[in-house]
Amino acid sequence: MCTTCGCGDAELVPVELHEKILAGNDRTAAHNRAHFREAGVLALNLMGSPGSGKTAVLEATAGLFPGLALGAVSADLATDHDARRLERAGIPSRAITTGQACHLDAEMVHRSLHGFPWQALDLFFIENVGNLVCPAIYDLGQEANVVALSVTEGEDKPLKYPVMFQKADLVLLTKADLLPHLDVEVDRIRDALARVLPEPQVLLLSARTGAGMEAWKGWIEARRARVPAKLRLPLAGHVHRG
Amino acid sequence: MHEYSLVEALVRRVEEEAARRGATAIHAVRVSLGELSGVDAELFRTAWETFRAGTGCARAELALAPVAAAWSCTACGAAIPRGAVLRCAGCGAPGRLSERADALLLESIEMEVP
Repeated sequence: MCTTCGCGDAELVPVELHEKILAGNDRTAAHNRAHFREAGVLALNLMGSPGSGKTAVLEATAGLFPGLALGAVSADLATDHDARRLERAGIPSRAITTGQACHLDAEMVHRSLHGFPWQALDLFFIENVGNLVCPAIYDLGQEANVVALSVTEGEDKPLKYPVMFQKADLVLLTKADLLPHLDVEVDRIRDALARVLPEPQVLLLSARTGAGMEAWKGWIEARRARVPAKLRLPLAGHVHRG
Repeated sequence: MHEYSLVEALVRRVEEEAARRGATAIHAVRVSLGELSGVDAELFRTAWETFRAGTGCARAELALAPVAAAWSCTACGAAIPRGAVLRCAGCGAPGRLSERADALLLESIEMEVP
């Protein structure tokens, strides 16, 4: 009630919140991250445009770690083709069919973990929907974001999609074997990245020839060394949804 | 296009807050939209107009405040010009993005309480 004169009129109240609109997603992502760390799983979110070579990189990654258990979830609007390709390459995988959704969110990843033996994994790849816009703003609970950019996509791609590249802990310049056939200068791609990201980490590779795959392996190993083998985080008050 | 799912999350959160406070009407929802938040203002507004019908926000005004992105040196604080390599021209240290430039925030709600 109006407290000024007691007239009985409703009062207009400003409620200050200053909170992220994606706070709900971020909470679920934190939950996923706690799970991954607790189980000693290195989770990587692999993003990039459709056809940038995400699945091919993962196929070529399958043979790089003979002593480790790899797994993946692979998202597409329709079809489970990518998950099947990864299975054939020797990476146990599950498809997430997003329907009309153009990105993964933390809840979709969380649901995909149910019934999937992810706790036994060492490396868990989340192959996001092919899209350089929407996936960038959703935290999934990953340790790091890897963005695949094929050399066929144009030197200025990072300038056109700054939000995505700004989120990249690592940029994989894929399809390097095609460079002799293209009018593309890798240095110009590196320059574009340096204008959207203060300290870009970039690896040039070819899943087809295997060039650069050792460096990619080295990057994963260095990241893995930062995730303690069995980090037992206290999950007191942890409520498991769904 | 993810603006619809963002608006959905926004409307739910506003309704929840209004219910918690026993609000009888929601007059305005204030959102700040960072230049590097990955959200398009026009699409966000269109999504808002479409989604709010039939919700507690049906009569609420959406006030969108843009937040420009600016980069400065992490070491000496010098401004880094737009479009430049994100390294300080003076000392070579990497740049840092200005606060809230990559965020999408629900700042405040104006509601009527009995």
